[in-house]
Amino acid sequence: MDDAQWLSLLVSTFRVSAPLVFCALAGLLSERAGVIDLGLEGKMLLSAFAAGAAGAFTGSLTAALGAALLVGFALSMLHGFACVTHRGDQVVLGIALTMTAAGLSVVLAVAWFGQGGQTPPLPNTLRFLPLWFGQNFLVYLALGLVPVIWFFLFRTTIGLRLRATGENPAMVEAAGLSVTLLRYGALAINGLLCGLAGSYLVLAQGANFSPHMTAGRGYMALAAMIFGKWHPVGALGACLLFGFLDAAAIRLQGVSVSLPGLADPLSVVEIPVQAIQALPYLMTVILLAGFVGHARAPAALGIPK
Amino acid sequence: MSRPVELPRWMELGLMPLINLALALAVCSAVLAVVGLPPQQVFTMLLKGAFGSAAGWSYTLFYATTFVFTGLAVAVAFHGGLFNVGGEGQAMIGGLGCALIALSVGEQLATDLAAIVVLPMMVVAAMLGGALWAAVPAVLLAWRGSHLVITTIMFNFVASSLLAGLLVGPLKAPGSMMVETVAFPLSARMPGMHQMLQRFGVDWPRTPLNLTLLIALAAAIAVGLYLTRSRLGYELRTVGFSSDAARYAGIQPDRHRVMSLLIAGALAGLVGINELAGAQHRLLLDFVLGAGFTGIAVSLIGRNHPLGIVLASILFGGLYQGGAELAFELPGFSRDMVTTLQGLIVLFSGAMAMVSAPLLGWILNRVGSRDG
Amino acid sequence: MHQAVSAVQLRSISKRFGAIHANREVTLSVTAGSIHGLVGENGAGKSTLMAILYGLVQADRGTIAIHGKTVAINNSRTAIALGIGMVHQHFLLIDSMSALDNVLLGAEPHWRLQRSRAIVLEQLKVLIQQTGLEVDLMRPVGELTVGARQRLEILKALLRGASVLILDEPTAVLTPSEAEQLFVTLRQLRARGTTILVITHKLKEVMALCDAVTVLRAGQVVFDGPIAQCSLDQLAQAMVGRRVQLQRPDVLRTTRKGSVSLAVRDLSWRDPQGTQRVSGVTFDLYAGEIVGIAGVAGNGQSELLALLSGMLKPQSGQVDFRGTIWNSARWLDPTTARRLGLAHVPEDRHRFGVVLPLPLWESALLGYQRSRRFATAWGWVRRRAARSAAQVMLERYDVRPAQLDLQTSTLSGGNQQKLILAREALAPEHVPEVLLVGQPTRGVDIGAIELIYDRLRAMRDGGTAVLLVSSELDEILALADRVLVMNQGVIVGELANEDCSEAALGRLMAGVSSRTQVGVEAAL
Repeated sequence: MDDAQWLSLLVSTFRVSAPLVFCALAGLLSERAGVIDLGLEGKMLLSAFAAGAAGAFTGSLTAALGAALLVGFALSMLHGFACVTHRGDQVVLGIALTMTAAGLSVVLAVAWFGQGGQTPPLPNTLRFLPLWFGQNFLVYLALGLVPVIWFFLFRTTIGLRLRATGENPAMVEAAGLSVTLLRYGALAINGLLCGLAGSYLVLAQGANFSPHMTAGRGYMALAAMIFGKWHPVGALGACLLFGFLDAAAIRLQGVSVSLPGLADPLSVVEIPVQAIQALPYLMTVILLAGFVGHARAPAALGIPK
Repeated sequence: MSRPVELPRWMELGLMPLINLALALAVCSAVLAVVGLPPQQVFTMLLKGAFGSAAGWSYTLFYATTFVFTGLAVAVAFHGGLFNVGGEGQAMIGGLGCALIALSVGEQLATDLAAIVVLPMMVVAAMLGGALWAAVPAVLLAWRGSHLVITTIMFNFVASSLLAGLLVGPLKAPGSMMVETVAFPLSARMPGMHQMLQRFGVDWPRTPLNLTLLIALAAAIAVGLYLTRSRLGYELRTVGFSSDAARYAGIQPDRHRVMSLLIAGALAGLVGINELAGAQHRLLLDFVLGAGFTGIAVSLIGRNHPLGIVLASILFGGLYQGGAELAFELPGFSRDMVTTLQGLIVLFSGAMAMVSAPLLGWILNRVGSRDG
Repeated sequence: MHQAVSAVQLRSISKRFGAIHANREVTLSVTAGSIHGLVGENGAGKSTLMAILYGLVQADRGTIAIHGKTVAINNSRTAIALGIGMVHQHFLLIDSMSALDNVLLGAEPHWRLQRSRAIVLEQLKVLIQQTGLEVDLMRPVGELTVGARQRLEILKALLRGASVLILDEPTAVLTPSEAEQLFVTLRQLRARGTTILVITHKLKEVMALCDAVTVLRAGQVVFDGPIAQCSLDQLAQAMVGRRVQLQRPDVLRTTRKGSVSLAVRDLSWRDPQGTQRVSGVTFDLYAGEIVGIAGVAGNGQSELLALLSGMLKPQSGQVDFRGTIWNSARWLDPTTARRLGLAHVPEDRHRFGVVLPLPLWESALLGYQRSRRFATAWGWVRRRAARSAAQVMLERYDVRPAQLDLQTSTLSGGNQQKLILAREALAPEHVPEVLLVGQPTRGVDIGAIELIYDRLRAMRDGGTAVLLVSSELDEILALADRVLVMNQGVIVGELANEDCSEAALGRLMAGVSSRTQVGVEAAL
């Protein structure tokens, strides 16, 4: 590959990673506070739809963005209501949110726009166009949020309290603080970030919503978060890695690799694109098996107080 | 804020599912109204499409068969205290397993009489495939404490990639544009219900409904017996309720957890028999189509009980069939309405069970004190 | 005359939890700048009293005065604001965070963490210098020793301005040398003017450390006064009480010892954190006797039962049971133990003894689901046999309501306990050789207690060797032929029932060997 190809690969990497970064940061905040978030996929999906629909209806970028943020926020508040206030099963809720969001987004899309569940393509005035180095504003926002979230979690006292909530909520309560409030706060930001992820898909990467467009990115973001050991910078690194693999997958299609030591015709093997697509998921499993470093989740993760 | 509420047993098993279903339907009706479709008309047409004709019933039962398998797969794991979200992947690999037998042994013995030999082998292969796919997350859980939900979700994606890779590559039917294998030989096809009924002189519309239905019912009975009558089932339930009491009783929780996941995987694998050997007669990419997740809804609303699962499967089968009919007849209706309802059912009976149960208890108390 | 200022004054504090009268008209006064001991057995009411003082629980009646002012303490924030700090027995710390951050949480002076850390670090350095509470503040708590963690908890309280410090069983988790260090620290704090309340059951320490002591028994104050005015024996007697009724129908039970059913030799067990819980325990259990293990809970009795039942594996030592030597190379497991005739009524019945969501007849199967009696060779449960056996259990042991399909959780504590005892007595194919029983009447009503005692005695008369662990001394004395006392994982003494006096037992339980002179102890 020559320099131009490498450069284009790099540009693609960042472009593809951006929604993952938003989601991974969202999941990170929630889980650091002790609440499992398996609904990232659903929150992102429904927010994407909201952005596409609002954009089509109002013709305003602000409205589209606002709609996405609102939907993400609302879903996270539902998450809080079921899991924090009423101590419901966090895992089941995440799955429920994703299933419902998947169905609801298509139902509304079909009803309001026809076209098999797609929202109409938005004109460029309603999108985030590439600014510098082929990246749009939201990409820079995603990258910029990483140090911000880092600072919030590790350099502010609220961040300390939030992290403590995920480690030992009993201690936080005994210190006179409200675990409920802290968790809702984390979920609020989580919802907004998922909204940004969803709006990215429709207002930057593509130009409209189509059914199931998130394609498992929410789970990849979760995997990236675990791979990044629940740390903003680690999560960013993992997201970039996944993004790189995704971008490379298309380019590696059709590329052959020679395996020394094997007789023809096995000695030259075409790398199936599916193998590369499966790589992030396999890597996550390997990580969870504890073979690559030690992934230590927040101690009180998933335990409702 | 929520205190666990003690509801009478009949309420928990009988009334709660209905209430949760009602809540989900209520929200669905609201969505329908928002979308401009009259809820009552929709539900009526849905029921008619699902249960109003022999063909409708057959399709309903065909879908139900798949859901029984994935529902049981979730339920068995639940009884051991585990959440098996990997039904999708386990079903895919089960399908792969039975397809491999079909295309190898089946091709060798291609007459339809040989089905007596080939079909059971395919069933075993499907179960092995599913169990294998569940085995890795199961062992990782027991050995390394890896989070089961995440590993199984990851394995769902890997299964999808694996299947895709095989179907565009080595398994692809030569000369075809479609991403699927060649058609299964006659020995590898599960007899359709219309075929069987024809032998008895009954005229039945031609639908994908096939004999796998009987396997599903047998599986439900077998799971019921396993859970309630066998020693292993007793031990599994003890592990699911209290691993401390299990250890006191000399039971090893990890072994049972792994065993339950293997059984669950095997059950999910049987989806392949229904969809591939029974209907499609070839291996293709999208034959599971979310059945794994429907299985979660089925199991939750069926209270993890085999009978409940069978009933819930028929309900969901009806929803899918009715939804398909509606999608034809009603412009603006999408089959994803059923997916939405499914998600809402999981929401109310799974995640928000802590909300509806105390609410019901509170209402009961008010009613009770007024009477008393 | 020196006017002693009262830092904490409790007047007529009463608290009920349902039927349990945890505190009855408790009145005590803690002099400012003194170390005051609060002593009593488990269940005497100490923890409740302190929870009231710290705002975790509200008293039904009575008043609290801090430094002379009557106050209402509704939550722990108020308590902290009044200068009351509490160091719990189970520390509330986050292992993965630094000691400094742990102290910081909830009392951060600045929104920026680094700034807060710098400020608090300075404050802590001063405090450490003044009090001698050395802690490496920058290390994660998980890496600190238990003693250091405790010092950290004390620092946490002091940083928030605690002038009254409550310590709940502070030496329970410390080694003797760490305990000594703690005492040095506490004396230094006292010199600074801090008032210290120590909840403990270790009389040796009370005598060595405290200026005054209050003894609680069954929720009431039975002794209150300066240390100078009492002796260890007095305290022991007050703690244990004279409520001991020797209700033994056959008092003159001469040691008609049968053969040895269970021979325990040098059994030791260390927990995963490295604390030695059971240390060189040696004793013989004879057929046809009840041996009681007395001692305040937490001295190794629970672990001993878990070891003998096969739920834990010892690091060293052995047991001779049924003609086989069991040691760390090959140890018992619960299934084998049951098969060989060892039955076990666990201390914590909810967690281990039954499966609450299951119906009665299935809880009656727990542990015996593999026996030929209840399962076929093919692995099917013999439903009818199990149900009829369960029915017999319910009837013979008067378990109510006697409905096989009722959920176990609907049964009262007493009925659950009767069910468990019935199961352990009746489910095995033969009468058990050895029966391990832990806290058989905890949370059980009077009627059930009588029945349980009766059945235990019947089993003994039938030849079973019964090992009884109980934190209720009355119970031990009512049932046991011989009494062993455990303290800190070691068996410190053995007495025949006739020889058990309150004083003798109390001293053994409190960690004072009957052979050691009190004077030597006091010098520490």
